Amino acid sequence: MIAELSHYALVLALALALMQTVLPLWGAAKNDATLMGVAEPVAIVNLAFVALAFAGLMTLYVGSDFSVLNVFENSHSAKPLIYKITGVWGNHEGSMLLWVLVLALFSAFVAAFGGNLPTRLRANVLGVQGLIAVAFLLFVLTTSNPFLRLTPAPAEGRDLNPILQDFGLAVHPPLLYLGYVGFSVSFSFAVAALLEGKIDAAWARWVRPWTLAAWVFLTLGIAMGSYWAYYELGWGGFWFWDPVENASILPWLAGTALLHSALVVEKRDALKIWTVLLAILAFSMSLLGTFLVRSGVLTSVHAFATDPTRGVFILAILAFFIGGSLALFAWRAPELKPGGIFAPISREGALVLNNLLLTAAAATVLTGTLYPLALEAITGEKISVGAPFFNRTVGPLMLLLLVLMPAGPLLAWKRGDALGAAQRLVFAGGIALAAVLLLYLTAGGSMIAAIGLFVAVFAIVGAITEFAERVLLFRVSAGESFARAIGLPRAAYGSIFAHAGIGLALLGVVAESNWSSERIVALEPGEQVSIGSFDLRYTGISRREGPNWIDAVGRFEVRRGGVTVAVSEPAKRVYLARGMPTTEASIHTFGLGQLYVTINDPVPESGRVSARIYWKPLVLLIWLGPVLMAIGGVLSLSDRRLRIGAPRRAGRVAIAPAE
Amino acid sequence: MRRFLLAMIATLALAGAASALEPGEMLKDPALEARARALTKTLRCMVCQNESIDDSNAPLARDLRVLVRERVAAGDSDDEVREFLVARYGEFILLEPRFSVRTWLLWGAPLLVIVLGGLGVAFALHGKRTAPAPLSDEEQRRLDAILNENNKL
Repeated sequence: MIAELSHYALVLALALALMQTVLPLWGAAKNDATLMGVAEPVAIVNLAFVALAFAGLMTLYVGSDFSVLNVFENSHSAKPLIYKITGVWGNHEGSMLLWVLVLALFSAFVAAFGGNLPTRLRANVLGVQGLIAVAFLLFVLTTSNPFLRLTPAPAEGRDLNPILQDFGLAVHPPLLYLGYVGFSVSFSFAVAALLEGKIDAAWARWVRPWTLAAWVFLTLGIAMGSYWAYYELGWGGFWFWDPVENASILPWLAGTALLHSALVVEKRDALKIWTVLLAILAFSMSLLGTFLVRSGVLTSVHAFATDPTRGVFILAILAFFIGGSLALFAWRAPELKPGGIFAPISREGALVLNNLLLTAAAATVLTGTLYPLALEAITGEKISVGAPFFNRTVGPLMLLLLVLMPAGPLLAWKRGDALGAAQRLVFAGGIALAAVLLLYLTAGGSMIAAIGLFVAVFAIVGAITEFAERVLLFRVSAGESFARAIGLPRAAYGSIFAHAGIGLALLGVVAESNWSSERIVALEPGEQVSIGSFDLRYTGISRREGPNWIDAVGRFEVRRGGVTVAVSEPAKRVYLARGMPTTEASIHTFGLGQLYVTINDPVPESGRVSARIYWKPLVLLIWLGPVLMAIGGVLSLSDRRLRIGAPRRAGRVAIAPAE
Repeated sequence: MRRFLLAMIATLALAGAASALEPGEMLKDPALEARARALTKTLRCMVCQNESIDDSNAPLARDLRVLVRERVAAGDSDDEVREFLVARYGEFILLEPRFSVRTWLLWGAPLLVIVLGGLGVAFALHGKRTAPAPLSDEEQRRLDAILNENNKL
């Protein structure tokens, strides 16, 4: 009954989405307020129905109703409750339903909080959102229905893939989807702007918070996914340039560029056409990512199912939205009036450079991900494009971006003073150089490590320099600096935090790839091994039982300077339902570094294991950096000018004196 | 019973997967081992999902790791090892594709975007500076209105 009701709710949601598409767009074209007014209530009701269907699926999972095919294939009655809940989106059908839910959520948010938007813009935006919902609801209903029944109902389910039975599944996909799908709002705003043929600073001010929110979620989602892979997959890597990771980094790169270019539109009314294109591209990248992951074109840990009809369907959605929006862009963009002019050396110029480098990085990742597919289709030749390629190409682009980053905020709008900005960064450069000399000479490393370290420290101190410049630190009294710090807009803090955050992340990456130590050893009980400043004594293995798994647990006493500081218990785990083994790493944090231990091939008779032990100094920065970036995003989002919304047109306002 | 279950875990673990690089596989000479290790990180485990043979726990990856170490120990240079593997398994085994007629576009993509994008930006900036957009009629009217208002004061 629940399955059928949920299925029906989804069908109704499709009908509502059709209404949300046709009526407001038609109304906007005819300038009919009644038709345009349909958009908001329908968007909110649409969310209610999608949420109902989603809650229905969740109920089926929690109640282990194995008469539903999707539940049978991906759940098990002995599975802990949290994984019954998160298992809802741990499979193809469920995750697409989550996609649709998040889309409905964003549409409803625009409907609920878009009160200060001009009526036509709002109607157009919601109409385009509705169209996306129609496409994906059709996809779910026709190719990926999670509510199909199975007769006779089996007594037990097949369980969820053990790798997914982790807290990470509770957070990573929802965050990622909030980011992916969040860019649909920027996309809809761009298409609406093209339909109306008008873009101004107010438009940018409306788009920016949505883009920023999506970006914050995507940043956290990617970082979370990276940490999950790091502790779950058992060899301590944090980024693999897997096609699916690439699919998530693509919208991130485009979205980051969009954030910065929208700033130029908002402040200076320039770069309008480019910004619209970026908004289209960012969501296109999200769609492409969905296609790559869901179609089975790429083999990856994330590809739950490979079914050609699904691939073709998503490809059609992809072609329709990307092709349609780009065609609209080509047709209408020339009508957009170009805005303010600026000198090459200016804040605008710096942001253009930022966009150029981010776009180049995105293009490189895109090419690298699709090239093997294209080459094989054209010539039949198979090549691999893996981590070494991306490190060698995207790496330098990002380093260049980060080394130039601190200068951007120090340049004035319209016409900047390059020499002045350089002088103000001398301190940051000095600190970075000192850090290189100190750490590099003591810890050693490659030339690339030295460059990476310099750029990371320069970016971090550069962000602090921006703060110091804004509050005139040491140039006015401490009290006045403090007053200035309080008066600083939150958006300024946002940029400082985000810029420092990416610097910290780079520092973590440099440390991880250059100063980690690794031991791969075979151990008998009682044997000892040293790594970093730690001594680990292996005491043997024992057995541990969980609700749906059995562990062979190794035990290591960790000593530092003769004092026991931790007991490390890595395990080899077997999930009974699927008989699938996983490696459960044991991780202990010391400061910003982590001691990472895994075991393999336990021999129960002798207690012999082969162990991998890593000491990774500063590794936590890799994920704390993005967290800081996300905090920056939230700060910027809470800025007064975005909270209050766009100012009224200045027509009635008295003339202000020139600044 | 406890023994039995542990043995079962061990067997299951072995059956499902051996593991990534094992202590027994490693070369005695640290310099050679470091070279072999770096090499194996750039070679694809061809039956896996985007894993290098160093990371992978598939039996094939293990065989390849052993093979690479044999070649390294026998005195092959890195390029010779790669050449040997490509001759056996094709270009697919290299995670970093070699520059060739087939891959120049791949390797050139970043540069191409930077150069074309840079030219586009330069062109747009130049065009904009030589020809600032004239005021529209409405803007001209508003400007006149503002100026008149100021004159009255």
